[in-house]
Amino acid sequence: MNKLKELEAQSIYILREAYNRVKPLAMLWSLGKDSNVLLWLARKAFFGHVPFTTILLDTGNELDEVYAFRDEYVKKWNLTYINAECPPIEETDPSLPPKTRAAARKTLGLKRVIEQHQFKGILLGIRRDEQAIRSKERVFSPRHESGEWKFRDQPLEFWDQYKTDFVTGTHLRIHPLLAWTELDIWEYIKQENIPVVPLYFARNGMRYRSLGEKDITHPIVSNAATLDEIISELKTTKQPERAGRAMDHEQEDAFEKLRSSGYM
Amino acid sequence: MTTNTLKLVVVGHVDDGKSTLIGRLLYETDSLPDGKLAELKAVSLKRNMPLEWSFVLDAFQAERDQAITIDTSQIMINRPGRQVTIIDAPGHIEFLKNMVSGAASADAAFLLVDASEGVRQQTRRHAYFLNFLGIQQVVVIVNKMDLVQYCEEKFNQVKANIIAHLQEVGITPQAIIPVSAREGDMLSARSTHMQWYQGVTVLDAMDNLVATDRIDSGFLRFPVQDVYKFDERRIIAGRVESGVLRVGDDILISPSNQMAKVNSIETWHAEKQVEARAGESIGITLDKQLFVERGDVVSHLENPPMLTTVFRATLFWLGHDSIVLNKTYKMKLLTREVNVIVQSIEYEIDTESLQKNKVEQLRKNQCGEVILRVQELLPVDEYHSLKHTGRFVLVDAYEIVAGGMISMKGFPNQRTLLEKRPSNLTQVKHYVTYDMRQQRSGHRGGVLWFTGLSGAGKSTLAMALEQMLFLKGYQVYTLDGDNIRSGLNSNLGFTPEDRAENIRRIGEVSALFADAGFVCVTAFISPYQADRNKVRRMLAQGMFHEIYIKADLEHCEERDPKGLYKKARKGEIAEFTGISAPYEAPLNPELIIDTVQLTVEQSVNRILEYVKETFAYSSTAEVVV
Ligand SMILES: Nc1nc2c(ncn2[C@@H]2O[C@H](COP(=O)(O)OP(=O)(O)OP(=O)(O)O)[C@@H](O)[C@H]2O)c(=O)[nH]1
Ligand SMILES: [Mg+2]
Repeated sequence: MNKLKELEAQSIYILREAYNRVKPLAMLWSLGKDSNVLLWLARKAFFGHVPFTTILLDTGNELDEVYAFRDEYVKKWNLTYINAECPPIEETDPSLPPKTRAAARKTLGLKRVIEQHQFKGILLGIRRDEQAIRSKERVFSPRHESGEWKFRDQPLEFWDQYKTDFVTGTHLRIHPLLAWTELDIWEYIKQENIPVVPLYFARNGMRYRSLGEKDITHPIVSNAATLDEIISELKTTKQPERAGRAMDHEQEDAFEKLRSSGYM
Repeated sequence: MTTNTLKLVVVGHVDDGKSTLIGRLLYETDSLPDGKLAELKAVSLKRNMPLEWSFVLDAFQAERDQAITIDTSQIMINRPGRQVTIIDAPGHIEFLKNMVSGAASADAAFLLVDASEGVRQQTRRHAYFLNFLGIQQVVVIVNKMDLVQYCEEKFNQVKANIIAHLQEVGITPQAIIPVSAREGDMLSARSTHMQWYQGVTVLDAMDNLVATDRIDSGFLRFPVQDVYKFDERRIIAGRVESGVLRVGDDILISPSNQMAKVNSIETWHAEKQVEARAGESIGITLDKQLFVERGDVVSHLENPPMLTTVFRATLFWLGHDSIVLNKTYKMKLLTREVNVIVQSIEYEIDTESLQKNKVEQLRKNQCGEVILRVQELLPVDEYHSLKHTGRFVLVDAYEIVAGGMISMKGFPNQRTLLEKRPSNLTQVKHYVTYDMRQQRSGHRGGVLWFTGLSGAGKSTLAMALEQMLFLKGYQVYTLDGDNIRSGLNSNLGFTPEDRAENIRRIGEVSALFADAGFVCVTAFISPYQADRNKVRRMLAQGMFHEIYIKADLEHCEERDPKGLYKKARKGEIAEFTGISAPYEAPLNPELIIDTVQLTVEQSVNRILEYVKETFAYSSTAEVVV
């Protein structure tokens, strides 16, 4: 089997496990390339249907093109959708550096929406190759009462057997794209012709590699204006994907702190 | 992108330099992103350390502060022609379960040994686990050669030791390479310090490893993951674990033993498929509506999985608490979840000396052999023949605590027992023969097996018939559905397996009545032809009389004496015959009683006539009183 086919089959398997074992289930749809691929894979897994709720953690500060894309595809793909508004920055942990605090608004927004709807499973499009801390993740990753990630004692996970039994009051983060790389994502987008937010394609020598909130995400210098150009750019670039994400770089342990308190 | 990615795990005793090796390899292959090296230097300096390559992988603060890997992580290296996923595994015994989480999916392994320390406890244990997990491609890396002044003799010593141990475990290493990970000797370039070494470098060795694929050539196993009814299709979803599944194939569903044909392979936004190979996640539809559920295993008619209630397993136990004899654990075998009881603990295998010891329990991080028992027939394969369906995990409370591989050594495949009787039972002979019984009662014994939909009139007719026969002097007894279900079969439900067992028991009981010379009337829906045929085979030739109490669904539903159809239509009763479960009308019944056309009296008379004819006494032997 070729690599994309293998990744696709494995992700579908994970999505189906999640749907069967964990109820109620929701997916974080950040509208970025990864979550669009995840949504596409869900439609593959469930034969054209998306049998769970999609959620945007909305800071009110997302890029305009992101909102436009959302409005179009909620209708087109017939999605059950929740717009989860994130609490203001004042409510985040003041000991975090400023850009990290801005990102932590999403953690709070997520906690709130999980509580409101009593979700037991949250599907997320994170990948191992994005960030060293994410590389330590499990596919089915338990979160404790406060949403906290106990990364020092993660469950056993092997032979496609995932942790699907958990104490009430806790929930699972489920990561079907963990094994994909950024390049795999773009090659799959091309193969399947999956729509993405146009900000990824270069205009005036700049493009976004990763989408986040307006004030803490920056475009990179690039002339890649088509899928093929993005793919060949990624084959040679040595720039890290999240270079444009300010909160990753404020402190050595900024991302670990964010994640252990429940960030994506 | 047609080449497979190789998955390579790096294992070995704590501190032998696994993470360092990987970090340095990333650097040497130019796989580190811009800025990473500067970041490493900064975080090393902050801790007053020389450049620590292990920090590429050891990303947690706790890992960096204590210079130890806690959890496994994965990182990609680009090699000419393919990508290699490198899996870093912790060496500390405390984190063995994280090592297993990382190593279980690997195609190959680098086993590290510290040149100055030699083979140590986790070196041996990890080697054992590699073999256990089926990882046969192993490269040994003797690290920290700088600490022994790149001494050839020292290397040869370590080499001899590790070869000896690996041999006992059953591993033949592909190469044994002297290395200094920190200094970068023998990773990509040959080392000027070790001119005496002529073998491959670490990168050469990596490029020689091959990715292992799932096996198309094995027997078909398609474990059902879920059944979807999102639209008008009823799709059975799952992944082909081994073999190839094709449209038109005749398939067998285990353990319910139902048969069907594959109607279609369903996908979305992909070309129409007529076959699915090992590893593919697909959906199928069947040519008939069968009761199929998560955990069932689809195979071809030939070479189906074995069925058993007891089996042997080699376990690695990673739970905090020891395994407890006679305790019930949850077992997950692919998509099937069942309770298992630990019937016995055969022995523990010392992963260092490889000796088998008689023990009372398996403690955390120990391996051993156990015998496990389940309550219902379980479809299994032996690990050595079909890896993916021959292994399982055990769950205690909320956690996965063990992995195991199945062996059926010493246990029969109960699929064949389903058909045959145990041969080691000697039947005791009665002094009162069947013929003597016939003579006394004046008629033959046998079973009048009524089958038909709920509401077709089985019970009404059976009871009326019983009364009439009794008045005429027959030895007669009626077994009726609800009565039996509240007694003899009170532990059975309505799944196909339970329905099959229900009918099997009734069959055996009716056979005893028949043997006792009775006219035994049974009134059960008994929807499956296969089950009725089974009962026919239980009885002596000519003793089984299949009587179809015929009324169509529309009439039965109109009668609905117990209000069951209404409930079933509302979905309050699952698997209700005729509504949500199939009914197979008899193919060749001895008698058909059409209760839509006939009155009760007329129906009873028809059957009475049939009994008079076929149950008349006939002597088959000289009778000695
Ligand atoms: N002198 C010398 N030191 C080395 C070499 N390789 C690694 N080290 C040092 O050995 C120590 C342990 O290295 P790690 O890479 O963290 O070891 P590990 O095997 O990953 O350890 P765990 O993951 O905790 O089991 C570090 O201080 C490294 O700098 C080497 O080739 N020579
Ligand atoms: Mg390490």
